[in-house]
Amino acid sequence: MNPAWSVVLFTTLAGAGQGLYLALFAAQAGGRLLQAGMAIALALLGAGLLASFFHLGHPERAWRAAAMWRTSWLSREVIVLPAFMALVLAYGLMPGMALGALGAVACVALFVCTGMIYACLPFLQEWRTPLTIVNFTLLGCASGLTAAAALAAWLEPALARPFAQAALVVGALAYLGRIASLARNARLRPKSTLATAIGVKHPRIRQIAQGAMGGSFNTREFFHGRPREVVRAARWTLLALVFPAPAALVLAGPGSAPLLAAAFLLQYAGLLAERWYFFAEAKHPQNLYYQSIA
Amino acid sequence: MTTKQLALVIDLNVCVGCHACVTSCKGWNNAGEAGPLTDQNPYGADPSGTFFNRVQTFEVGEFPKTETVHFPKSCLHCEDPPCVPVCPTGASYKRAEDGIVLVDYDKCIGCKYCSWACPYGAREIDESQKVMKKCTLCVDRIYDQKLPEAERKPACVLACPTSARLFGDIHDPESEASRAIREQGGYALMPEWGTQPANHYLPRRKTEKHLHADELVRHDNPLKVDGKLPRPDAGEPALDDVTSW
Ligand code: SF4
Ligand code: SF4
Repeated sequence: MNPAWSVVLFTTLAGAGQGLYLALFAAQAGGRLLQAGMAIALALLGAGLLASFFHLGHPERAWRAAAMWRTSWLSREVIVLPAFMALVLAYGLMPGMALGALGAVACVALFVCTGMIYACLPFLQEWRTPLTIVNFTLLGCASGLTAAAALAAWLEPALARPFAQAALVVGALAYLGRIASLARNARLRPKSTLATAIGVKHPRIRQIAQGAMGGSFNTREFFHGRPREVVRAARWTLLALVFPAPAALVLAGPGSAPLLAAAFLLQYAGLLAERWYFFAEAKHPQNLYYQSIA
Repeated sequence: MTTKQLALVIDLNVCVGCHACVTSCKGWNNAGEAGPLTDQNPYGADPSGTFFNRVQTFEVGEFPKTETVHFPKSCLHCEDPPCVPVCPTGASYKRAEDGIVLVDYDKCIGCKYCSWACPYGAREIDESQKVMKKCTLCVDRIYDQKLPEAERKPACVLACPTSARLFGDIHDPESEASRAIREQGGYALMPEWGTQPANHYLPRRKTEKHLHADELVRHDNPLKVDGKLPRPDAGEPALDDVTSW
C-alpha cells in the first residue's frame, strides 16, 4: 500500500494520547499532572483527528461516517474516538474512578477499532492477524508511558521513575510484538497469483499492457513507489527507534524531564517509521493487475 | 439465490483487445446521469483518469509458444462484496433487487476504505469530485423505458464488435449468461477470497482441426486429375433437381 501521511499521523498521535490517558489513569495521578496530562492527551487526539480529516475527499461529510457501525470498523472508530475524547476531557475536569474506568474502556475499544480497520481485510495478509491490534495497542501504550514519564519528571518527580520503568517494560513487549509480526510477514506467501487473478492456469504469465499508459488511482494508491532501500531504511529506523534508542535515554536519566522528553520524541519518530512501514509492507492483490508497480 | 443478479460474462476467447468497451463506457458514464467521470491532464505528458473498465493484455507461456490474452476488467458485482460492509457511510451498497453494487456519490466521503477492501482494484477515486467510482452496469440505461428493448444493456456490451460480452441475470438458469457460464466453463476471478463475483469469464479455447487421412483423398476423383472428370452439360439436371435432401 501507499502510506498516507494523514493516517500514519492519526494512528501514531492518537495512540500516544490513548497511552498517556491509560498511564495516568492506571497510576491514579491527580492534580497538576493529571490536568496537564489530560490536556496533552486531548491535544494529541485532536491533532490526530485533524490529520485524519486530510485523508477524506469530503471532510464536510465526515459526520455520515457514523452511520454503518453495525458492519464497519471505520464507522465504529468514528464513533468511539469523539466519545473517548469527551471522556478524557471529563476525567481531566472531575477525576473519578467510574469515569476513569469508562474512559479506559473507550480507550481500549478505540485501539481495537483502529487495529480492526486493518486486520479485518482478509486479503491484506500482512494485516490479517491479531498482532495488528496487539501492536497498535502496545506501541500506543509504550509511547504514552514515555510521555507520562517525561511529564511526571517535570510536574511530579515521585511518579517519574515508576512511569519510566513501566515504559521500559511495555516498550520491550511492544518491540517483541512488532518483531514477531515482522517475522510472520516475512514468511507470508501471497494467496493470489496472476493465474488466479486472470483465471489462466499457467505458471508463466506476463503483463503486456495494463489498460492505461499514464498512471491511475490503481498505480498510486496501492504501492509506495519507493526504492527497496527506502523500505529497508524504514525498517531499520523502526527497529532502532521504537525501543532501543529511547530505552537507552530512559535508562540514562529516568528522572530527567529533558532526557525523557527526548526519549518520547525519538520513540515517536520511530513510530512514524513503524506505521509507514506497516502500510508499505502490505501487498494488495490488486497490484497483480498492475505489474509495472507490483 | 432466487433474486436477480445481473452480471457480465466476458469471453476471453473472443475478445480482441480493441478497447471499444473502454471508450463506450467512458463515453456513456461521462455524459450520463452519473457523470462526469473526470480525467486529469488528459492531453498532457502525464495523463490520468477515472475509468470503470479497463482492458489489459497478458502474455501466457514462453516464446515461441505464447498466447496473448486480452482481459477486460471492471467491478465484478460480487455476491458477497467485501467492499460494502466496510463503508462507514453506507454510500456503498448492493441492491437487493438486481445485485448491482453501487456508490451513492452524494454520501461518499472519499475515505477510499472500500477500494482497499476490493481485491480486484475495481474501484477508482474520482480525483476531481473526490468520491469513489466504479462500474454501475449502466444502471441508468438498462431500465430506461425510452430506449428500445435491445438497447437496454450496458454500453460496453452494445459496443463490443466481437460480442465478447454477454449481459444477463446469472440467477436465472435459462438466461444467455447462465447458459454460457454453464456450458463454456465460465469461471470467477480470485475465488480464494470467497467474494463470489457475479461477473464471469469464459476461458480461452483451443480451436483445432483434425484431418483424417481419408479426408486428404478425393474419393469422387479416382484418377486424381480434375480436368478428366466427365463434365456435365449445362442443361443436364444437377443433383439438387433429382434428390430431395
Ligand atoms: S469487484 Fe470489487 S468493487 Fe466490485 S463488488 Fe467485488 S469487491 Fe466490490
Ligand atoms: S470512499 Fe466512499 S464509498 Fe468508499 S468506503 Fe469511503 S465513504 Fe464508502
